[in-house]
Amino acid sequence: MTELLRAENLYCERDERVLFNHLDFSLQAGEILHVKGPNGAGKTTLLRRLVGLSWVVEGQLKWHDSLSEQGEKLDGHGFWYLAHRPAVTLQQTPLENLAFAVALHNQNLPSEAIWQALDTVGLRGYEDVPAGSLSAGQQRRVSLARLYLDMPSIKLWLLDEPFTALDVNAVRQLERRIEAFAESGGTVVMTSHHGLTHTAVRELLIGAPL
Amino acid sequence: MWQMFVRWFHKWSSPKWFYEMSRPWSFWLGWAAVLLIATALVWGLAFSPVERVQGNSYRIIFLHVPAAFLAQAIYMTIAIAGAVGLVWRIKLAFYAAKQCVPIGTSMALLALITGAIWGKPTWGAWWVWDARLTSMLILLLLYLGLWALQNAMERQESGDRAAAILALVGVVNIPIIKFSVNWWNTLHQPATLKISSAAPMHVSMLIPLLMSILGFYLAFGAWMLIRTRLEILDREKKAKWAQEEIKRLEAN
Amino acid sequence: MMLALAQMMRRELSLANRRRADLANPLFFFLIVVSLFPIGVTPDLEKLSEMAPGVLWVAALLASLLSLDLLFRHDYEDGSLEQMLLSSVPPQLLVLCKILSHWLVTGLPLTLLSPLLSVMLALPGSALPLLMLTLALGTLTLSLLGSIGAALTVGLRKGGLLLTILIMPLFVPVIIFGTSAIQAFVNGMPWVAQLSLLGAIAAGAFVVSPWLTVAALDVTVGD
Repeated sequence: MTELLRAENLYCERDERVLFNHLDFSLQAGEILHVKGPNGAGKTTLLRRLVGLSWVVEGQLKWHDSLSEQGEKLDGHGFWYLAHRPAVTLQQTPLENLAFAVALHNQNLPSEAIWQALDTVGLRGYEDVPAGSLSAGQQRRVSLARLYLDMPSIKLWLLDEPFTALDVNAVRQLERRIEAFAESGGTVVMTSHHGLTHTAVRELLIGAPL
Repeated sequence: MWQMFVRWFHKWSSPKWFYEMSRPWSFWLGWAAVLLIATALVWGLAFSPVERVQGNSYRIIFLHVPAAFLAQAIYMTIAIAGAVGLVWRIKLAFYAAKQCVPIGTSMALLALITGAIWGKPTWGAWWVWDARLTSMLILLLLYLGLWALQNAMERQESGDRAAAILALVGVVNIPIIKFSVNWWNTLHQPATLKISSAAPMHVSMLIPLLMSILGFYLAFGAWMLIRTRLEILDREKKAKWAQEEIKRLEAN
Repeated sequence: MMLALAQMMRRELSLANRRRADLANPLFFFLIVVSLFPIGVTPDLEKLSEMAPGVLWVAALLASLLSLDLLFRHDYEDGSLEQMLLSSVPPQLLVLCKILSHWLVTGLPLTLLSPLLSVMLALPGSALPLLMLTLALGTLTLSLLGSIGAALTVGLRKGGLLLTILIMPLFVPVIIFGTSAIQAFVNGMPWVAQLSLLGAIAAGAFVVSPWLTVAALDVTVGD
């Protein structure tokens, strides 16, 4: 197994409170790293540090060469980052939203592929409706539809609370999708309060009560 | 050699080390500044000869000129400190830059007010859209922008960084602003009285002026050190040494 | 890459089209400010014509500046902005797309509206082409420089006013060269130097501001 990430001595404080200190962990290819911890433990912050959006976390990060040229910051084409803010523009249709997300990866997919992904997350018939008129759960699905696109360059998913606002069936579907991605060699880092049971899952507990 | 420099640099950029080492500096700088400024003012106000054209009103240059110099120099300092902070991630540079802003603002204000007082007998009006006054006014606005941005941010670290970027944009702009304001001024008011034009200054005016400028620079150094040291205590108040220091200061 | 940028441009313009109400506001603002001047100062056409370049310029810039507050705001709130910063397309180019489309939907309409308003202020008709040219350059520079300010204030709830405070002092040279070019033209004096200085500033801002904007976004978004 290749080691994709080595994180050493991560330290984070927010509003004069130390969230985590001396945090070391590594990430292997094909693994699902489930970051767990109580609310406000710094899970989102940690994820933002991993993608390179946050500078409040101190410490060293070393990504594998296949994901990052310089080691420190991820290259844009190799991962999906599903953030707390879903990156769904309300004035645009699900189709446009998804196509734009692909464009930001500097790639171009046939529109059938995008239709297909929207169909898989249950948005058939809503492709051309402005996302603003969809329900919260449906908007979440627009964001999640990215994970159902067939893009071989994507080797890593960073998912921040992906199960929020989903119904039971959608949760199960997403679980299966995550597991399938890991089995095909993909790597996942996710934060969630929802438990996952799969052989590839490894848990990382941060901010545990002392 | 280089390694020694790097080690020295790192030592000085550690807030605690800086706090300890700078303790005597603010004291000596402060007293030297007081001494210099006092001498310069007594000399300049009481003993320098009366100027031929402007009479006694010129004497305000002993305040006006140093304040104007400093207002510009401090903006440069802020931009450089901000760049150092951004590039090498040195917290101390941000602390110093932050504490320079109020000092620079007050210097720009002082330069404007003394300029206005000077303008009244010279031009017959409190405010004239003279090129240098206008540039100073814009500099004051730039300072106010920095101050507003620093205080608008919820997290101090974001405010530091944002202000550093703004200061860099401003410092590139300052020469362009000065050039454009000069242009505009000659376009609209070709007959403005130029005060410190070619006429050579008498030695007995020049020496106190230079002393006063040096004194202002030293005073800035002392003031900045004091403010930066307080900023260090405030920002590092979670560290044990800082808490002890705060306790010691409170006991006194 | 060109494809991605074309798509970015198309997205920006179509979003601007769908937020049409936001587009009209700067134009209304421009119209109102310019018509307040004769009411507040004097209806004397001769005096107005002397003031016209300055009034038109300042009003157009304020109008454009007010809309700049929204340059990154929507994208920041829905999370698209983070994705752009993480994109494998250089974020500087994406930002440049946003700036250019902001100019296309604000600066350009303001420029096109200016002849109408200049008639109300009795600016000589022969100065119209130069007025429009300088305004086009000036609003473009404002979109470029202002994007730095918009990036610095994007996370703040009351960013609009702060943005004006930050950017307007930096904008003094552009106002000076822009208005003095027109005044020089009206008075029959040489005006090419001012115009070329205006162009030089616009070119400089074009090169520098995308980088500084992204640096600022890294601070405010990447918190």
